[in-house]
Amino acid sequence: MPYEYRPYPYLRPAGLDAPESRHKVVIVGAGPIGLAMALELANHGVPSVVVDDNDVVSVGSRAICWSKRSLEVLDRLGVGEACVEKGVTWKVGRTFHRDREVFSFDLLPEDGHKMPAFVNLQQYYLEEYLIERALRSPLVDLRFRNEVVAVRQQPDHVVAEVSTPDGVYRLEAEYLIACDGARSGVRGMLGLEFDGELFEERFLIADIEMEADFPSERWFWFEPEFHPGQSALLHKQPDNIYRIDLQLGWDTDPEAERQPERVIPRIEKVVGHGDFRLDWVSVYTFQCRRLARFVHDRVIFVGDSAHVVSPFGARGGNAGLQDVDALGWRLAAVLQGRAPRSALAAFDRERVFGADENILNSTRSTRFLTPSDGAGRLFRDAVLRLAGKVEFARPMVNSGRLSRPCVYPLVAPDDPALPVGACPGTVAPDAPLGRGWLSEALGGGLVLMVLGQPAPAVAGVRVLTPEPGDVLARRYLGEARRAVYLIRPDQVVAARWTEVDADAVAIAVEAVWEGR
Amino acid sequence: MPLIRSLNIPDVDGFYAELLAAHQGLSDVETHAMNAELVLILANHIGDRAVLSEALALARDGKK
Repeated sequence: MPYEYRPYPYLRPAGLDAPESRHKVVIVGAGPIGLAMALELANHGVPSVVVDDNDVVSVGSRAICWSKRSLEVLDRLGVGEACVEKGVTWKVGRTFHRDREVFSFDLLPEDGHKMPAFVNLQQYYLEEYLIERALRSPLVDLRFRNEVVAVRQQPDHVVAEVSTPDGVYRLEAEYLIACDGARSGVRGMLGLEFDGELFEERFLIADIEMEADFPSERWFWFEPEFHPGQSALLHKQPDNIYRIDLQLGWDTDPEAERQPERVIPRIEKVVGHGDFRLDWVSVYTFQCRRLARFVHDRVIFVGDSAHVVSPFGARGGNAGLQDVDALGWRLAAVLQGRAPRSALAAFDRERVFGADENILNSTRSTRFLTPSDGAGRLFRDAVLRLAGKVEFARPMVNSGRLSRPCVYPLVAPDDPALPVGACPGTVAPDAPLGRGWLSEALGGGLVLMVLGQPAPAVAGVRVLTPEPGDVLARRYLGEARRAVYLIRPDQVVAARWTEVDADAVAIAVEAVWEGR
Repeated sequence: MPLIRSLNIPDVDGFYAELLAAHQGLSDVETHAMNAELVLILANHIGDRAVLSEALALARDGKK
């Protein structure tokens, strides 16, 4: 049955009657990224005001595929387990050309991680869970039907003019985080260029409700019988909802294609019958764009306001949550006087790097799906034909390279004796620990994980001396007998050694806070 | 290793005939399609990215 949208209450903001004192942070946009940002800051003790021009969760069929990394971030915000519980877990993708399967992938072939490779969950559910958490947090002031209409920067704060049903008022904050999506109003207010590429392609997307027995796998087709010459994608979601994406081509009329009379016969061809209810339809085009930089003095862009990608590979919402993860601890440290503002430059550098990797991958997938005339189509079709004949061509079939955390190019102490999968710049791999998980034990602070030796005495960092089980030993020691890992609050490995003295650790700790 | 630029095919005339024979009877479109597959097959066999880049540059040289 269709999702029930319940509006959240609008409350007259205090600022309409008397000036509010300056806030630490104002977050513009209460989508999954804005809400996650508020909860992340709250985890670090920083209060925020979140404003959204709307009062309901995301309408329609939008982000669905939440990556393992996102689930780990969401877990620290207290909603990860709920997402796994409600969502549809998957890790296998199958790609078909015409009538045969040409390629399959398994996104998490190994055990020993708390979170699965991917969970499909409608964006409206994720927002609902995040809003529930936010409403219960004393550090989050969530304001619906509060629309930011102007933004002005001063040397030591930002002023936002906010419009409500009762009139306009002002909010002041030390920092303003723009989580207002692909068509960011704040980005427009600052007059920033959002450069990149528009792809000349259109896709129809539909959410249908249907009783069926499809396995929990991502299925992608090139030129199937049921949609000749074009691509199709199928994802299973909770509540018997299936998401279908159908490539239409550029020379189609989106308005005409959206009409149920056009959509329903197409879907009937995909699923082979008419026993379904159409829940949502829209037609979209893709773009890959990003801001040149995400930090503009005291206005910081996070999520789609900073970067957009075509959806093949699930690099949109997942990148936004990684932005949140990268920013929260740093901004908290800056606001609390534990780090200089240069820490924010490190956020910018790392997430621009991440955005570029996402844009590169999404662009390549889009070019494979929608090849240009000439060489593009020649080679794309050659790959598809070869995939039917010979093994090497199968992994070349690019229907989307699914989101995984990038390895940040950190200049940091490292030791080649230790396993490459846990090198500086990687997200610290999860592993079973005691009756729980390493990801849980790390939490959200700076940690020195010490294996096989006494811990050096270093101030300002929590020490973890786990008894390594097989999996943790394999992932963090490899052939070595001992190791010391400095792990950041976003669970990224900052530095590592086989053995180290307290002074060297202290230097590495300082580098983390200074953003080097 | 750098791209091999000296002759490396034994009985090259024999190979040349084999190449043309393999295209025998194909239309222009089919010939291009076959060549594209052959490029990918041979590129995979070579595998060395530096060699492949050099080969691409050599093939591109002289075109606009």
